[in-house]
Amino acid sequence: MNSYYVQILTVTGINIILAVSLNLVTGFTGQLSLCHATFMGIGAYTATLAALKLGIPFAVALILGAISAALFGFIIGVPTLRLKGDYLAIATLGFGEIMKNILLNLEITGGPMGLRGIPKVTNVYVVYLCVTLVIFSLNRIMHSRVGKSFIAIREDELAAEAMGINTANFKILAFVLGAFYAGLAGGLYAFFFRYINPNNFGFMKSIEILSMVVLGGLGNTYGALLGAAIITVLPEFLRSVSPVIAQYRMVFYGILLVAMMIWRPQGIMGENKVMKRRGQAA
Amino acid sequence: MTLLEGKNLTMVFGGLTALDSVNIHINKGEILGLIGPNGAGKTTLFNLLTGVYSPSRGSIYFKEREIKNLKPYQITRLGIARTFQNIRLFGEMSVLDNVIIGQHCRTRTGVFGAIFRPPAVRDEEKRVKEKAMEILEFVGLAEAAKEKAKNLPYGKQRKLEMARALATEPELILLDEPAAGMNPQETNDLIELIQKVNDMGKTVLLIEHDMKLVMGICQRIVVLDYGKKIADGTPEEVKNDENVLKAYLGAALDKEVK
Ligand SMILES: Nc1ncnc2c1ncn2[C@@H]1O[C@H](COP(=O)(O)OP(=O)(O)OP(=O)(O)O)[C@@H](O)[C@H]1O
Ligand SMILES: [Mg+2]
Repeated sequence: MNSYYVQILTVTGINIILAVSLNLVTGFTGQLSLCHATFMGIGAYTATLAALKLGIPFAVALILGAISAALFGFIIGVPTLRLKGDYLAIATLGFGEIMKNILLNLEITGGPMGLRGIPKVTNVYVVYLCVTLVIFSLNRIMHSRVGKSFIAIREDELAAEAMGINTANFKILAFVLGAFYAGLAGGLYAFFFRYINPNNFGFMKSIEILSMVVLGGLGNTYGALLGAAIITVLPEFLRSVSPVIAQYRMVFYGILLVAMMIWRPQGIMGENKVMKRRGQAA
Repeated sequence: MTLLEGKNLTMVFGGLTALDSVNIHINKGEILGLIGPNGAGKTTLFNLLTGVYSPSRGSIYFKEREIKNLKPYQITRLGIARTFQNIRLFGEMSVLDNVIIGQHCRTRTGVFGAIFRPPAVRDEEKRVKEKAMEILEFVGLAEAAKEKAKNLPYGKQRKLEMARALATEPELILLDEPAAGMNPQETNDLIELIQKVNDMGKTVLLIEHDMKLVMGICQRIVVLDYGKKIADGTPEEVKNDENVLKAYLGAALDKEVK
């Protein structure tokens, strides 16, 4: 295969992991998170530093990246997941900005220059092996007691609590799992592009991931997968048609999000109502 | 034996006293009715007993243990379940899954168990599913098991609320207007069902506007009016209580004036 297509295919795989994991948090559990790319960044930086500075084997470094993203997910999840809806979204947005500024200013992360000279270990096979493992484990989780509790929280938090679900803990768990997978995607990204800087993992990237999930259908893993594929491939296609259009990618995402919310809020494959009506007390 | 006791319960919302120094006790094994005009504070009392709100004043003992500072999920684990007046099912989930969720607090599977599915997890899943089907059978919803909860007709949704509450294996079950919106046939079935639940040894606290229903199955009735307890006795006593007549007559007159 032409290396250009292999590259698109690889990036698609990384974006699939990002989309299906955000879908766990936002689609299944109903918690709007705007810092998914931040967790990806934490994974990317951790994996890279572990490999470059500590000489840790790449496979282990990838997992370390995922674990460290999960740890941050926990640290930010505990105080913020008590917040509802809009407040949670704003808190995650704030966290993303803070992390970006930290990455921009730390010496060890290379500041705005980022980290260079990362060896290329990721290839299309490694990525799709990870995609398979991620989707397999996600499906298992969603069919279990744990996944059903996530959906119950989205459907009606008070009723979920009345069923004996410790909703605070399960929301944090969803957040931590989502961050773990995003961290893994971040490590794959770093070992594929061989150069990372804080702007790769900013608010724009978080919105891009959210667009994938909304396009495919909140609350549907394969919808998120499809959304990731479309949003990765479409700009490349547009670039080949007209480079000017490709420059307006972010405008395109914006229009896409608004249009989906108006005409098909459940996404291409989703059946679920998006963004639950906010329940009032019993 | 007293199963649950609320002492001096007071709940203030902003300037509104929704409950005012209410004393209430529930004996093990009884069906206790809770009645009163609209806005009397019945649902608020449920919300206090189940930990949705913490009372402004007073205390709550369940099996002699103070529970007023516990979270709703902790109270459910202790053995108090409830249904909601304004039905709160997990609408996008199947009827069966709604009941399976009810068993959440009696099961253990975590993330690793879910991913690797060792025999213990498979067994648990099988048990939970069988139990859920049994409960659906019991309330008469077995045929609807695969449907989405939100697609059920109103009367069946109320039954599913009950099934889900039963799945938490409660000792005490609180029913908030379970017959609201049901036709006479459904109401009769419901009376039978509540009786059966009670025969299984479960204690029932029932809010209901349907007087025939309340008078028919409750051994004792507590009446609230404007947040105060105005009567507590057998259906016979309550029916002839002067304060109760006044409260209901007053409410009826208010309606007519409007
Ligand atoms: N969360 C709340 N915030 C403010 N006021 C509340 C709240 N919950 C209940 N109230 C008020 O408390 C009073 C009692 O309400 P409650 O729902 O307990 O009445 P009820 O006896 O259940 O009435 P109904 O028969 O209509 O269900 C009402 O005036 C109600 O408006
Ligand atoms: Mg009420």
